[in-house]
Amino acid sequence: MLKKLSLAAVAALTLSGGMALAAEGEGHIEDVAFSFEGPFGTFDQNQLQRGLKVYTQVCASCHGMKYVPLRTLGDEGGPNLPDDQVRAYAERYEVFDPALDDYRPAKPTDHFPEGMDPNAPDLSLMAKKRAGFHGPYGTGLSQLFKGMGGPEYITAILTGYTGEDKMEAGTLFYENTAFPGGWIAMAPPLYGEDVEFDDGAPNDVQSEAEDVAAFLMWAAEPKMMARQHAGLVGVLFLTVLTVLLYLTNKRIWAPIKGRKST
Amino acid sequence: MAGIPHDHYEPKTRGEKWLHSRLPIVGLLYDTIMIPTPKNLNWMWIWGIVLTFCLALQIVTGIILAMHYTPHVDLAFASIEHIMRDVNGGHMLRYLHMNGGSLFFLAVYLHIFRGLYYGSYKAPREITWIIGMLIYLLMMGTAFMGYVLPWGQMSFWGATVITGLFGAIPLIGEPIQTWLLGGPAVGNPTLNRFFSLHYLLPFVIAALVAIHIWAFHTTGNNNPTGVEVRRGSKAEAEKDTVPFWPYFVMKDLFALGVILIIFFAVVGFMPNYLGHPDNYIEANPLATPAHIVPEWYFLPFYAILRAFTSDVWVVMFASWITGGIINAKFFGVIAMFGSIIVMFLVPWLDTSRVRSGRYRPMFKWWFALLCLDFVVLTWAGAMPAEPPYSIISLIGATYWFAYYLVILPLLGVLEKPEPQPETIEDDFAAHYGKAGTPAE
Repeated sequence: MLKKLSLAAVAALTLSGGMALAAEGEGHIEDVAFSFEGPFGTFDQNQLQRGLKVYTQVCASCHGMKYVPLRTLGDEGGPNLPDDQVRAYAERYEVFDPALDDYRPAKPTDHFPEGMDPNAPDLSLMAKKRAGFHGPYGTGLSQLFKGMGGPEYITAILTGYTGEDKMEAGTLFYENTAFPGGWIAMAPPLYGEDVEFDDGAPNDVQSEAEDVAAFLMWAAEPKMMARQHAGLVGVLFLTVLTVLLYLTNKRIWAPIKGRKST
Repeated sequence: MAGIPHDHYEPKTRGEKWLHSRLPIVGLLYDTIMIPTPKNLNWMWIWGIVLTFCLALQIVTGIILAMHYTPHVDLAFASIEHIMRDVNGGHMLRYLHMNGGSLFFLAVYLHIFRGLYYGSYKAPREITWIIGMLIYLLMMGTAFMGYVLPWGQMSFWGATVITGLFGAIPLIGEPIQTWLLGGPAVGNPTLNRFFSLHYLLPFVIAALVAIHIWAFHTTGNNNPTGVEVRRGSKAEAEKDTVPFWPYFVMKDLFALGVILIIFFAVVGFMPNYLGHPDNYIEANPLATPAHIVPEWYFLPFYAILRAFTSDVWVVMFASWITGGIINAKFFGVIAMFGSIIVMFLVPWLDTSRVRSGRYRPMFKWWFALLCLDFVVLTWAGAMPAEPPYSIISLIGATYWFAYYLVILPLLGVLEKPEPQPETIEDDFAAHYGKAGTPAE
């Protein structure tokens, strides 16, 4: 009886853990099949590079990414840019150097700069801090089984504009089906064909949104590939160990339980 | 050490004798690891090992994380990102530590409910139980302070809400709150002292764990029948028990292996599932999150805290009789701490002479309801404080107190227990056939 109860308790606790995250006034979020979802998923290097381009040419005009070091653009498992490209990319930005008491071009060891607009939130962790819509009905199941999370939210926000807007307290708000409450202060950033991709990938709004969402997921969780790999290795090794422990345990107990020892 | 008769360590070589006459440490370890253990322990007796593992895991990962963490309001959040991005293996360490806390609490709840079902708290194991409850209290304190350290939105606002509970105490509440925080609000002194205590308390827990083990090694383990091991002679005791090593060490390690497979899958594939995404937003004292929710393992008690609103008649009555000193907020705080205090008192609240719930036909159902109640309270704690959740919380909280304060004392009188086996050997033989007569 207790065993059944405890199993039920474990299941219920797992669910309610997800429920803790249920947010109110959720907008409408569509699932996107990102390449990095699931235990065997990986970041699509080309998609991350496209997303970087969208970020650089569109998002970065207002937003920043102060926690992301520029050098990590060259990391394996990430955008994987060659060293010279990382260096060239870094020089696009000006950073303040306290030692010089002046601005200088950024180096790979610097971080992405903070945003120009104080009202535009930092995007370093956006894909993780907006992972909180735990549908359906606050159970967290869509996150658990479909891998829905921050990237889906970002995609939905970027594609969720209806074209309506309204003035309120001196601020212009835009109607957005994905934003909690339905009205967002950010003007529609993507209209399609905002960016020309080097690899000739489609640049309609949906594709651009997915690319930049994938890039922001990498920016928020750059070690995701390493983590999933470590998890997989851990699970495999522990499975082998556990099987051995099971057999050992069975054999040790056999004489005590009066059964034939194998 | 009193307890079940068994073989003791005999130093044989000269070196062993030399050490043993000066420091009998090998004997102590031998007696600890070879303790006679009831051979009928079921799978609910594995959580002790899981908990020991969790404590070790949290201490090891925590010490390394502390090497890279900066306890300052302007730097803490960034130092976590530094751990996640720049420190070798830092992301794994942090996710292990984060989810290790969840595993720790999952295991402690199953461990506690096992004790509640099989009557492990009853004489002569009251001290073991009380030490265990103290460990649980310290765990809650440690986990709460640990959650503040990343200095995210939930860290900050969780700390504000929970320390605010002390502020609800009449007259002395506010000075206590200020003293705890080191200032008028949650700030840098708060973060520093929480970091210091979060580092200290696990070692206090480790010491209490040693005492916990010492206590039940003195009384012997409880077991699913609740029938004591016969201890008239060593031969008699050996019919009911097997040595902890290797029998239960192997069994427990196997169980730990199964649990760690799941744990590693969670850490590797969905490490943020049990956390709150708002904690990836840096703390901002000017922006209150829409819902302040504690970590899942505090939710049942959070639900009890919020259940007693000012329109509940007991609250109104308490307020009227004390001339308003006990208001709804203070009542909630009393209820929350009270819900844990009743667990401390359970050895004396349970009046039944039968130890194990297995032989208590009525108790079984009330206990099942208590488990359900705990799950419902966990769920209600995650929901907003509005109907119907507030009413569900109130019913849940009422049952929690009723179980300990009314049902347990009455059941011992009203219930007619079923017959218990004479000995552990009989119970074991009923499952596996007569021991010692191998079937080959």
